[in-house]
Amino acid sequence: MFQVPTIADLNLGLTLPALSLALGACVLLLLDLFVPRERKEITAWLAMAGIAVSFVLNLAGFNESGTAFLGTFAADQFTGFLNIVILITAFLGVLLSLDYLKRAKIERGEYYVLLLLSAAGMMFMSSANDLIVVFIALELLSIPLYIMATFRAPDLKSEESGMKYFILGAFAGAFFVYGAALVYGATGTTNLPEIFAAVNGIIAAGGSQMFLLLMGTGLILVGLGFKVAVVPFHMWTPDVYEGAPTPVTAFMSVGAKAGGFAGLLRIMVVALPVFVLKDGQTAAAWQQTFWLVAAATLILGNIVAIAQTNVKRMLAYSSIAHAGYIMMAVAAAGTAGVANEATRAALLYLMAYMFTNLGAFGIALAIEKDDGSDTGVDNFIGLAKSKPALAAMMTVFMLSLTGIPLTGGFVGKWFVFKSALDAGLVPLAIIGVLTSVISAFYYVRIIVNMYLKDGEGDPAAGATRYVNWAIYVAFAGTLLMGIFPWIATNLSDTVVLAVEMFVR
Amino acid sequence: MPEVSSALSLSTVVLFIPIVGFLAILVFLREEQHTEQIKWTALGTSLVAFVVSLLLWIGYDASVPGLQMVQRNDWLPSAGISFYVGVDGLSLLLIILTTFIMPLAILSSFRVHVLEERGRQKLYYAFMLLLEFAMLGVFMAQDLFLFYVFWEITLVPMYFLIGIWGAEQRMYAAVKFFLYTMAGSILMLLAILYVGIQAGTFSLPDIVAGIQSGAIAFPMDGVLSSTQSFLFLGFFIAFAIKVPLWPFHSWLPDAHVQAPTAGSVILAGVLLKLGTYGIVRFCLPLFPEASVAWAPYVAVLAIIGIIYGAWVSYAQKDVKKLVAYSSVSHLGFVVLGIFALNAQGIQGGILQMVNHGISTGGLFLLVGMLYERRHTKAMDAFGGIWKAMPLFGGLSLIVVLSSMGLPGLNGFVGEFVILLGSFGSSVLGPLFTLFATLGVILAAVYMLYMFQKVFMGELDKEENKNLPQLHWQELAVLIPIIIAIFWIGLQPRPFFDTMDASVNQVVEQVHPYVVQAENTAMLTVDEFVQTAAVR
Repeated sequence: MFQVPTIADLNLGLTLPALSLALGACVLLLLDLFVPRERKEITAWLAMAGIAVSFVLNLAGFNESGTAFLGTFAADQFTGFLNIVILITAFLGVLLSLDYLKRAKIERGEYYVLLLLSAAGMMFMSSANDLIVVFIALELLSIPLYIMATFRAPDLKSEESGMKYFILGAFAGAFFVYGAALVYGATGTTNLPEIFAAVNGIIAAGGSQMFLLLMGTGLILVGLGFKVAVVPFHMWTPDVYEGAPTPVTAFMSVGAKAGGFAGLLRIMVVALPVFVLKDGQTAAAWQQTFWLVAAATLILGNIVAIAQTNVKRMLAYSSIAHAGYIMMAVAAAGTAGVANEATRAALLYLMAYMFTNLGAFGIALAIEKDDGSDTGVDNFIGLAKSKPALAAMMTVFMLSLTGIPLTGGFVGKWFVFKSALDAGLVPLAIIGVLTSVISAFYYVRIIVNMYLKDGEGDPAAGATRYVNWAIYVAFAGTLLMGIFPWIATNLSDTVVLAVEMFVR
Repeated sequence: MPEVSSALSLSTVVLFIPIVGFLAILVFLREEQHTEQIKWTALGTSLVAFVVSLLLWIGYDASVPGLQMVQRNDWLPSAGISFYVGVDGLSLLLIILTTFIMPLAILSSFRVHVLEERGRQKLYYAFMLLLEFAMLGVFMAQDLFLFYVFWEITLVPMYFLIGIWGAEQRMYAAVKFFLYTMAGSILMLLAILYVGIQAGTFSLPDIVAGIQSGAIAFPMDGVLSSTQSFLFLGFFIAFAIKVPLWPFHSWLPDAHVQAPTAGSVILAGVLLKLGTYGIVRFCLPLFPEASVAWAPYVAVLAIIGIIYGAWVSYAQKDVKKLVAYSSVSHLGFVVLGIFALNAQGIQGGILQMVNHGISTGGLFLLVGMLYERRHTKAMDAFGGIWKAMPLFGGLSLIVVLSSMGLPGLNGFVGEFVILLGSFGSSVLGPLFTLFATLGVILAAVYMLYMFQKVFMGELDKEENKNLPQLHWQELAVLIPIIIAIFWIGLQPRPFFDTMDASVNQVVEQVHPYVVQAENTAMLTVDEFVQTAAVR
């Protein structure tokens, strides 16, 4: 019989970080009504306060784990770590937006509310323990982003960006739902641990259930693969990244990936790790597909990025490429015994990518003109003369994206490659390192433009106080993670996503 | 096992001295107001590093083969990574070479017009010190992770040195240098990871001990298809590109010719040795079986490099290019010596690394001084320089002869011991020595040809007649080099003594896999040193 759950059953304490942010967004929506039009920075500060509260709650509950909302919501170190990434992304996103919205004359209080809602969606995603919650979180994450992408309307590119993102995103959502339905059809449950329990029976039974599960897994990959922009579901990325206002691009390039990979890792590692086509295989059936997707993403993302002349597009393709590296870790998680290590690698990579990419976008934003123009790769020419500090930091970001040591990017790559080798995916690891050399080509070109070419140099009028703060934070994070990697690894050392019995 | 301590060791002190100067320049000094202070801070820092590194040598106990002045602190304990530095006979001389070359390179930059022209001197000297830090780190690191960190860091300052203060084609050369060497080292990253995963630690002495005891084994069941071969190649290709071994040399002429003088000096003096040092430090002890199996093939490449480099040098019309290609030839000797896989060969190789650093570094300094006076490097533009600048001509002759390998000067000692080693080597043999000897003759040809074109003959060009004499700073740069050339040439014993025990240890690690042949060493190093001293 169905029992009406009491409040105590819901276990709300564990959900506080995500819940507080979502509630904060609602409260902010109300408060914003009382903030006068010309003083919208108050809304931004309130939003940052909300993020800070959630951050503190997250740290306070970092070592607690358990489930809430009747098993549909899981809180563990995986959640805690990703929440840190998501909340820092949101915080820097707000900092980058403050002056930008003002000078682009698109300042509105709703922007910050949407940003908080999206961040809350990402946090729910990192906790989702049920396919339905994954879907709800996915939509909560995406819908505000669609709106934020069009924030520059009636600018055509911005409208195109939002429209494209919305239509393709809705498609992808549908794929995901269909996949979830098929998995439900095969297992009779949407709860991830229960799916895990049901999988062994399905393998034993074989037949049509197996087929449903396989189809379902594939469609889930399509749905989430779109969110994290892996090949062949990446087509929207350059247009959306280019057209959306730069702080939105910065926020979604990191946040949406963090959310998408959170969902992907949870589903694959918690629910489907033992899903093999033949009994006795040590790697999950989906590993092969993920492997191919990762390889294609690495190759395409890195090669096409070379041809880009707009820095936002270049960073878009670079973000595709980095999704490939994270995908490599997800693929490695398909091997029995490597799952937890690979999950940690993916998390560390996401954190390094977060700092580096937000910093790089911050600098792109700083040289952008008020009307959104001048984001060419050539606009970096001479920056070392006009703004030596910005150029030096951009150099560090580019080296970090390349994966040069003493930066966070190297630490991330180290762990990702290590997990790939541990999982026996040697060819994938080789593709990974070779494509990093290709990536050096376009990252170094920015450095060449800043330091080696003579030119007047952009005054970088967008480098206002808050933008600078955000860049400093990103810079410090990138270097700290590179020089003192234990800070990040200690946070993730306790991440255990794969259930005990899976470690065989 | 070396004694491991987490207390501050002298090697760490030497390592971090350049970083102190680097930070001081970046934080406290301003480009416009403090140009002089920046220069002298950089020079002072590098001199302090040199003096302290001499203490390292004095304090080093040459009778003990293992690491000394070791420091080990946890860095990422959960991943088996530590900050682990120390020195032994393999690295000590190269550390001294680094700290010896750096002040000369920095002092030689004081009077370089390209620095005045392009400005950004603060950045220049900061990068110099960062480069010194990274190179010292490569020589000292005993943890594979740490080693890789330093190895890659060297790319960044060198890239900027070439790119910002180089000659006309600097952008192309800088990007090529960066991509080429990064492409090589990135496969080494995978090999390092694989070794670390198998061994459960990234600490080199622990891994080597594990291999010696048989606890860790990389299967070697075929030259082309075994794990150990792949790992060996992963490391070796990275090193071969850095050396550069033929056919991986094509980045070198571009980088050398385009780099500013100090950049070329450091590149030739130290950076290339990172490759040859890496082979001795990593390839041989980690993959002894594969090293033996690959030795003849590598030696063939080295021989091709020796002859090819010499041949191409001879064809050059640009003095700097000639010196650049001569590096390919000289480093071929070093690689040949190392892959003789016996004590003489490796000792000769290491000494020749030092010699090449001094001689070729010196040659690049001389070319730089000529360039400052005439703004050209074409050989045709000179002739009869000896008459215009007799002191300069005399000093140049010594450096040229040292590079050629004249007995009594440093180059001869190294080359001779290498030839000795390869002759007595049971993996190589007299045939290899024969071809390598050809390289010695060719070296005399192109070096003397160059000297003749530039310094001898009639002083017939008007522009050359009133060249300014050497400035005291230039003399201060050249004198230490001349002293080193004679010292190593006449008294090589302390150098051999320093590395003797450590080299023997490496040889013993490889030894079980070397098939013993009849014609083992004809002459031991000791005997040779005695004959040299008699001469």
